[in-house]
Amino acid sequence: MTTETVKKQRWKLNLRDRFQDLPKPARIAAMVVFVVLLYLLPTKAFYENLGFPIPVGSGYLPFYTTGSDMAGVLFQCGYYILLALGLNVVLGYAGLLDLGFFGFFAVGAYTVALLTSPESKLITEYNWLESPWPWLVTVPIAIALAMLSGVLLGWPTLRLRGDYLAIVTLGFAEIIRIVAKNQDWILNGDRGIPSVGHPPGTWPDGEAIFDLEFTPYYWLVLTVIIAVIFLIRNLANSRVGRAWVAIREDEDAAELMGVPTFKFKLWAFAIGAAIGGLSGSLWAGQANFVNSNTFSLENSILVLAAVLLGGAGSIGGAILGGFIVIYLPEWLRSVGDVFGWPTQVEIAGIHIDVSPTSLRFVIFGALLIVVMIYRPQGLWPNRRRAAELKDRQKEVAPVE
Amino acid sequence: MNFDDLIQGFPDLTTTGLAQGSIYALVALGYTLVYGVLRLINFAHSEVFMFGTFAALWTWGIMGYDSNSTRPDLGTALLLILVSLVVASLFSGGVAMAVEAVAYRPLRKRNAPPLVFLISAIGASFVLAELMGAFTERRQQGIPGLLPGEPLFSAGGWTVYPLQLMTFVVALAVMFGLDWFVAKTRFGRGIRAVAQDADTAALMGVNKGRVIALVFLLGGLLAGVAAVFYSMKQGNTRFNVGFLIGLKAFSAAVLGGIGNLRGALVGGLLLGLVESYGAALFGSNWTNVIAFVVLLVLLMFRPTGLLGESLGRARA
Amino acid sequence: MRQRLARVLGGVAILALVAGGAAACKKEEPTTPGGSTVSGLKIGFFGALTGDAAGLVTPGKNGAELAIAEYNAANPGANVTLVPFDSQGSGDKAAPLATAAVADEKIIGIVGPAFSGESEVANPIFDKAGMPIITQSATRPSLSGKGWKIFHRGVGNDLSQGPAIGRYLKDVAKAEKVFLVDDQSAYGTGLRDEVEKILGAAVVGKDKVTEKQVEFGPVVTAVKNSGATAVFYGGYTPEAAPFLKQLRAGGYKGTFIGGDGLYDANMLSVTGKADVEGAVVTCPCGPATAAKGNFVADFKAKFGTDPGVYADVAYDLTKVFLEGFKAGKTTRADMQAFLGTYNGVGTATGVTYKWEANGELDPAQVSIWAFVAKDGAWANPQQLPKS
Repeated sequence: MTTETVKKQRWKLNLRDRFQDLPKPARIAAMVVFVVLLYLLPTKAFYENLGFPIPVGSGYLPFYTTGSDMAGVLFQCGYYILLALGLNVVLGYAGLLDLGFFGFFAVGAYTVALLTSPESKLITEYNWLESPWPWLVTVPIAIALAMLSGVLLGWPTLRLRGDYLAIVTLGFAEIIRIVAKNQDWILNGDRGIPSVGHPPGTWPDGEAIFDLEFTPYYWLVLTVIIAVIFLIRNLANSRVGRAWVAIREDEDAAELMGVPTFKFKLWAFAIGAAIGGLSGSLWAGQANFVNSNTFSLENSILVLAAVLLGGAGSIGGAILGGFIVIYLPEWLRSVGDVFGWPTQVEIAGIHIDVSPTSLRFVIFGALLIVVMIYRPQGLWPNRRRAAELKDRQKEVAPVE
Repeated sequence: MNFDDLIQGFPDLTTTGLAQGSIYALVALGYTLVYGVLRLINFAHSEVFMFGTFAALWTWGIMGYDSNSTRPDLGTALLLILVSLVVASLFSGGVAMAVEAVAYRPLRKRNAPPLVFLISAIGASFVLAELMGAFTERRQQGIPGLLPGEPLFSAGGWTVYPLQLMTFVVALAVMFGLDWFVAKTRFGRGIRAVAQDADTAALMGVNKGRVIALVFLLGGLLAGVAAVFYSMKQGNTRFNVGFLIGLKAFSAAVLGGIGNLRGALVGGLLLGLVESYGAALFGSNWTNVIAFVVLLVLLMFRPTGLLGESLGRARA
Repeated sequence: MRQRLARVLGGVAILALVAGGAAACKKEEPTTPGGSTVSGLKIGFFGALTGDAAGLVTPGKNGAELAIAEYNAANPGANVTLVPFDSQGSGDKAAPLATAAVADEKIIGIVGPAFSGESEVANPIFDKAGMPIITQSATRPSLSGKGWKIFHRGVGNDLSQGPAIGRYLKDVAKAEKVFLVDDQSAYGTGLRDEVEKILGAAVVGKDKVTEKQVEFGPVVTAVKNSGATAVFYGGYTPEAAPFLKQLRAGGYKGTFIGGDGLYDANMLSVTGKADVEGAVVTCPCGPATAAKGNFVADFKAKFGTDPGVYADVAYDLTKVFLEGFKAGKTTRADMQAFLGTYNGVGTATGVTYKWEANGELDPAQVSIWAFVAKDGAWANPQQLPKS
């Protein structure tokens, strides 16, 4: 028992504490190097010089997604990371189970699309706007609207607990999607809104920075993520953050101790929603085209999986989780060719497609189960939550 | 808004709503049973149901009936249904128990918090749905019509079809059977004991592991029954049919008060009716919105559902 | 302890994946520019291959695979491969995939994107790279008006088919009371709008359903109460088949008609012989006769199932690219020029492929045919008048 604990501590020392023990300049330098590395991620040359033995002429690059554009995949990871960070505030900090988080993404994306597209019905049919607005102006509006929808949803529903809240939020996301799909007045359903505006800026040679190339979008989303991280960290360490933790651990006790629980839960909801809306507006700025198809419920589930896979309540965990849920399936697309894996097998006259592209969600699902069994606290857990879990594990029922 | 349709079609809408609601109720029972005992949304239950539809399809296929067959006579049809009920419910029950053994039991041993179960369940649901998708090439498959297609009776704009009646009757019968099982038998007592206080029940000598496995088996069996009637009603199945019906059934369970067996029945039937009337009133593309709005409004006023949570205690 | 073990195992597994992947791959050739030979060219297939919409697109991919397999068998050493790009049917996945497709110099042409929505996202990327595409099923009319030079549509758009369906109902079926249902997809609504324009006052009711819907009871009730003698469905087989089945089960005996989204074997087999009998579909494609090839039999031999929706179209379109390869068009620019002057008849669909400058099929070549389900097969082909 004792040796086990000591070992565990040593393991911890190796990873996190050793970093914390470094002098401050060294820590900052390490962080800067790491961030620079992140900006380099979409560069193909980076993977070619990783030092893994790659046979000459092979199309394979370790970690590089050859089946899908790397910068594009990273951009997707980026806005999922933002979503995970937003949901992490709601779920990880305040402990509110939100199954419909993608609804806020939709609010953000549609706001941007409606205001920036020259083909938006606000311009062509209703003449509310003279001309499309620039993307940059619409982002704060999108965030504000997402925040507002968070408050409007939270106000009546946050009195519900746990699983009831889950189904209500799930309903909310589904309603947003169906409304977007069903009505032709503004959002234009499945036909969607084309020619959505892009972020501003041109290269010295006059070409737009934000056009079809993904790398600039990735850099943009990465910058936004870093800013959001600072914001959330400060928030989590403030009075608000402490109130959230108190609510998560025991809502009744927190209320008795004088924490206005409802107010702080609403704050968590609104802030989470705002980040979700921001993510949606970034995506719309890239996507060129927004229609109701994108906002299916599975996406909300994926974001939830991201947060819990990474470790609820931990910023690092949310980032890792958001990265994995997108990157892993995309990466698996390119793996099959490499191993000479057969794409089809025939069992008793039935043809079964066994290519990794087709089975990638089976693999992903299995991974979710395995991680939850062996690391229920998530891959990169929040320390306090991990400790809570350790306590729980000791309380296993007597008979089992 | 189309009141004409609603008034004119009211009797028919009621029967279709009740038939659909019976299926929701059967699936909802699975959610409610597991929730009552484990406080866990068994996210993979929808896929258990989906496997049931395929089990029914394959059973009929082996017995020589596919979507192109002509309708058999009543006796054969009943026999086919009976066989498929047995096969599909056993198959679904087996899948449900397998999910429990692989995705939940290891977590229970570690006393993981409910959210961890939820993610594991989502993982299981991905695996099951996508495996079936790969196996069936994601193709939609037709299912034969078995019961006679002529109305059982038709009077004054009200028609009732044999299948609708049978679905409703079987759902009620299964429901009462389950109620009796939980209320009167030794196993049922074990379920109620674990639902009330798992640790105390374990100390009193209830084999908790076995009770939980039994609960999953029961949920699976019911999902299998629902799958057979669903298959006959909808006449087709696909690898992704589970998600939507699972969502509806879960909503039905919440509507009636999750963890409450009778609540699942009431919630299921109510949801079926609401959807049916709502679709006539607003157009059937609004069905899901109507269902959710009703759920939201109801939860505002009765936060624990229509009948409240009774299988276990109200949560602290 | 167990956690540690898992961690070690996981680490080993990842290392094995990375190292094994690096070592195992020897078969792919370098993708250096300028080194294009006739061997080893690729055709991309772009569309939803997993997820909910996969059922509409996978048959097409199989059709393309069949065309390529036949070509490779007939031309030893050609080694053409099909590269699937699985967009899952959603716009947010489509853009990186299109970029990746463009980056592979060996890919000379794309069959797809299958849906109009993802086309809006992916086509600008293809256009910028000069990658010729032929879509088998994106029928939104506006796609050809966006100025994409690389865009080709292998089927008629909604504007060509909708009016024909309307006229069929009016003149052939003599329907005076028509009920319109659509699935709210861009395709379904587009078609419905056109049909409605022709029918005018004959429309006695309308309803919308939604994708993945399985319960059509309320729609069936509405149809019966409207007294309609014909039902038009704008959408695809996965919803149309159960809808028709439930219509028939509900005692509806009138005409049922839909567009080419229903013209596939699944519509027949899922609905079932008895219920589908008499249903009408239209298609901007002619009947596939035995003289034109034995696509259906070949498909069934290779994949064990009947060709699903758009399988024949994708098969023919892939063959267009392959003819280009055979004619020595091994760069994207050459292929683009080749498509501009192409004029040939598809063996599976019987459509004459000849494109206008905007990428639409030459209107003179688009003929709309109607088929009636009879004994579990699409029969009685009948060409519909153009106006």
